[in-house]
Amino acid sequence: MVSSTRSTLNPSTAAGDKPVRSRPVAAVTILLLGSAAIVFGLMLSVSLGAADIRLVTVWEAVFRFNPELAQHQVIRELRIPRALAGALVGACFAVAGSIMQGMTRNPLADSGLLGLNAGAGVGLALAFAFAPSLSFMYIMIYCFIGAAVASLLVFGIGSLSHSGLTPLRLTLAGAAVSAMLLAVSQGVAILFHLSQDIAFWMAGGIGGANWTQLKIMFPWVAAALIGSLVLSRSITLLSLGRDVAAGLGQRTRLVQTAGMIIVVILAGAAVSTVGPIAFVGLMIPHITRYLVGVDYRWIIPCSAVLGSILIIFADIAARMINAPYETPIGALIAVIGVPFFIYLASKRKGEL
Amino acid sequence: MLVPSAKARRTREASILALLGVLIVVIFIVSMNTGFMRLSPLDVLHTLLGEGTQQQKLILFDFRLPRIVISLLIGAGFAVSGSILQGLSRNALAEPSTLGINAGAGFAVLIFISFVPATTAAPIFVLPLLALAGAALTATLIYFLSYRRADGLSPTRLILIGIAVGAGIYAFQLILSLRLDPQNYQFVAIWLAGKIWGGDWRFVLALLPWILTLLPFAFYKARVLNVLNLGDETSKGLGLPLERERLLLAAAVALAGACVSVSGGIGFVGLIAPHLARRLVGPRHQIMLPAAALIGALLLLTADTIGRWILQPTEIPTGIVVAIIGAPYFLYLLAKSKA
Repeated sequence: MVSSTRSTLNPSTAAGDKPVRSRPVAAVTILLLGSAAIVFGLMLSVSLGAADIRLVTVWEAVFRFNPELAQHQVIRELRIPRALAGALVGACFAVAGSIMQGMTRNPLADSGLLGLNAGAGVGLALAFAFAPSLSFMYIMIYCFIGAAVASLLVFGIGSLSHSGLTPLRLTLAGAAVSAMLLAVSQGVAILFHLSQDIAFWMAGGIGGANWTQLKIMFPWVAAALIGSLVLSRSITLLSLGRDVAAGLGQRTRLVQTAGMIIVVILAGAAVSTVGPIAFVGLMIPHITRYLVGVDYRWIIPCSAVLGSILIIFADIAARMINAPYETPIGALIAVIGVPFFIYLASKRKGEL
Repeated sequence: MLVPSAKARRTREASILALLGVLIVVIFIVSMNTGFMRLSPLDVLHTLLGEGTQQQKLILFDFRLPRIVISLLIGAGFAVSGSILQGLSRNALAEPSTLGINAGAGFAVLIFISFVPATTAAPIFVLPLLALAGAALTATLIYFLSYRRADGLSPTRLILIGIAVGAGIYAFQLILSLRLDPQNYQFVAIWLAGKIWGGDWRFVLALLPWILTLLPFAFYKARVLNVLNLGDETSKGLGLPLERERLLLAAAVALAGACVSVSGGIGFVGLIAPHLARRLVGPRHQIMLPAAALIGALLLLTADTIGRWILQPTEIPTGIVVAIIGAPYFLYLLAKSKA
């Protein structure tokens, strides 16, 4: 019933698309097939790498763990946390992008392009510089603060002007805030001779993920993802425009604040674990909207699934392309993401 | 509104240019005193007159002066490049770094450094040419990606695609720079952050020909930019051959490329200087371009001085100082703009 009322309204998809309805069948299919693909990807990710490991051994490492075997150790301590971290941050970036695009009706919103990743990066650089022995918990909180500051800056600037948050203005504000925050973290890195430590992390590396990080970030991410599902109906309303949402009796300011808090937690947690990977939050929501329609109750869970799949397989590719060296996954995704962005930008007729 | 007479306007313009000149001289003197070794103004004067100690001469002539001169040159270069780009695209937010040109130039240099160690003397004169090639390729790419037969070169599309292409190039830079050995990596990291590393007259010599030919060319074409400000249709109607437009674009790209080869990724100068210039002397390019050049030179010299002074003895790359000052100004412009 919700889907039918907005069947002709197609808020934040790129201009030129035909109006799409919500497609629950497609969504359920994505959720089911996607979950299977995630499980398959996780197993593949665990078995592939510097030393290829047979799936039987993976199975044994999980269910009949033998601490004497080196392969079991590698699987337990390196490969599994890495694969899980990939799945988790993929969902984080994609859902953060979905929420931002839905709330701002801005097809170019992404935590990387809008400066949130750079903000989390400053938080991390400062944590590295001033408290190198800090536990991951606090590093993550620094990243939350950094991402929050960046989002306040970008959205504050965007909304100061009377014609409001146009996609162009938001993107430019994001680019400027990113440049500034990147400069700050570069400055901190050079000053404290952290350049090399931070560099690989900056390029987006899942290789360093470990159980401790996962255990600390998981509750935050789980809470934020559940929160985003709770909020999803309100986001669908917001995606029709603030006036429409307010007219339908929604407390838009409250929803937007809650949405931004969720976005900050998702982006901050993901960046603190694997570095600032951009374009996931740009691409996945678009693809998802194309597949499942305009209802964010479907878009958000499907984005999470598709985002996980993207990062799991991109991480596998990053390990295989130039073995034994790892290609930075952030760079790898940018190679797909930039043409996607250009496609979105040039589809628009110039009003933007 | 009262329209000032031509004479009053000219006096005002002349006095603004003179004031900028005086400010540059003041910062110049401060800058010569600033750094790891402090020299008092009197010491500087003595040394300039040839009476200083050997050590003072070394610091002043071999380290500080070339760096100051380079700051001035690239400040002016970026500023004029940005002015031309803003004039051509009629977009107030255009500049070499938002259009991805800096990234392209930097990438070409980075490729070179990955294969030839930067510590050898050979690349110095090659770098501007390489940077130029990278900048030109990127500019061409962005031009073709944002050109549509239906509505030509939309300014917003130009910027968005510039940002995207810049992000893509940045990703490749990361891939490449992670392969470098630690020593080269440190060099590249600092260079990409925008450090004026030419503590050396050879860099001045490498840069000078570009600035000396392209700045006068831009000043000479000031009238064309004035006409272009009226819009493509009007320009054509007034009989302006639009091929000249491309030549100006090439000049802007070449200026940015040459500057990037010496200074790395310094953004925002090409954005801020034209804005301040327009605010001070108005939109006529004959006077606006020189004013922008002076403001750019002043801005970079100041940023470089601050970078050397603020956390002694560690230096902060100039590009970082400029970004921290420049980004808020950019955001301010963005918040105020109506488009």
